Amino acid sequence: MNTSPPIEIRNLSVIYPSAGRGLPPKTAVAGLNLEIRPGEIFGLLGPNGAGKTTTMNVLLGFTAATLGDATIFGRAAREPQARQNLGYLPELTYYYKFLTAEELLRYYARIFKIPKAQRELRVDAVLKLVDLEHARKRLIKTYSKGMQQRIGLAQALINDPGLLVLDEPTSGLDPVGRMQVREIINRLKDEGKTVLFSSHELGEVETVCDRVAILHEGRLRVMGAVEELIREHHCSLEQLFLRVIGYQPKLKTA
Amino acid sequence: MNNILVITSIVLKELVRRKDAYVLLIITVLLTLLSGSVNFFGDLRTVRYMKEICLLLVWISSVVIAVTMTARQLHAERESRTLFSLLSKPVSRNELILGKFFGCWLACGVALLAFYGFFVLTAVSRGDGWRLAEHFQAFWLHWVMLGIIVAMVLCGSLVFTAPSSNATISIVIIVGILMLGRHLGKLALHMNGPTQAVALVVYYAMPHLEFYDLRDLIVHDWPLVKWGIIGFVTLYGAAYTAVFLGLACFLFRRKPLNA
Repeated sequence: MNTSPPIEIRNLSVIYPSAGRGLPPKTAVAGLNLEIRPGEIFGLLGPNGAGKTTTMNVLLGFTAATLGDATIFGRAAREPQARQNLGYLPELTYYYKFLTAEELLRYYARIFKIPKAQRELRVDAVLKLVDLEHARKRLIKTYSKGMQQRIGLAQALINDPGLLVLDEPTSGLDPVGRMQVREIINRLKDEGKTVLFSSHELGEVETVCDRVAILHEGRLRVMGAVEELIREHHCSLEQLFLRVIGYQPKLKTA
Repeated sequence: MNNILVITSIVLKELVRRKDAYVLLIITVLLTLLSGSVNFFGDLRTVRYMKEICLLLVWISSVVIAVTMTARQLHAERESRTLFSLLSKPVSRNELILGKFFGCWLACGVALLAFYGFFVLTAVSRGDGWRLAEHFQAFWLHWVMLGIIVAMVLCGSLVFTAPSSNATISIVIIVGILMLGRHLGKLALHMNGPTQAVALVVYYAMPHLEFYDLRDLIVHDWPLVKWGIIGFVTLYGAAYTAVFLGLACFLFRRKPLNA
């Protein structure tokens, strides 16, 4: 049994080369240390450009770390096999428009080497979970935004992963859609899955997450259990977030 | 290996479902049937000219299909962001490149089979013999050449941002090699100094695509090429394909992707 933490990030720095003459290199992430425990829902927060997406890109093997390392269940994040037990929902969900929902899920199931007998059962199970059984034979190009988000969630769950990485999972969804996604996340938590969640919807994060980390300008500013942070700082998560990033509300003029 | 086969199957599925690929195929097949069936007054020379034109059309169409189909593969995955969903699975970047290569190359093979199949049927209906061995040699080397082209264009996908640039530059290079490249060695002998050195380096480094052109064998009823030579040229093509694919894998591994 693998006892390694689902995610462990040690002294991670990502520095992009200079974008042009005279411009300095850009530090997207600096000295990040983070460990996510099994079975928890962890929120990664920060304003745009804070380093959330870069951190996720390193975990998913899209970007190499300049310094430090990141592991998924003990395996280096850059190794393809590290992603065998991982499911990823990107922020912008676009899938092969020439495929139907069940064809897309079968494609990804084959990548995960799920045996044929189990494959169909998994496809049926995830389509039922995301309420897309009725549209399984339709081409994805005919799907609405909400349906595309749900097929995104389905493909992230096809391998029954121990770790889910969700990048803005409720982005662009109506209130019903957001509620459905929250219900799915809570169900996953009950099943013992670990979820890394990036979102700008702080109210949602406060409801769903066990622990959060707030990044700003590439550095970790605050990390802890949501309830403890609220109690310690005597404010809501949103107010704490604004305080950490140094936001000063503009004064009202008379 | 599993991932390569899975990606190959998706490339083939996409090509079957994309309508535009059929247009070129149908036009070329129609022209093949038309040109191959012409027989003005029973004049054999005219029949040969028509066969030559027909095979030229097959060559042009096959190169256009190979280049345009391959040039859009990685770009389309990147633009539609399906690349990130795919690479977030246990798929290595090398497997993605190889899957795309085999998918495009197999698709080229299917298109070529259709072209040559119709050409042979038309020729046989006009009284020509089956000449299966000769047609097979022409088809096989043509397909090996398309393998080199597909690998080269895939490599180009990682150098040029836009598929149109990649396709244009690839076609210029291919036409340049086929029309001028074969003569570069002779031209170099008439040059001096660094120019001669550069010309010779280019001549020996470039893949000699003219080795794969057996149209004259079919048009002028020449005897079969020795199978040993076919084997050697196949290995030569495989080597160049491997070099381009190796370079593509190297470039892709170093490329940061931002989801």
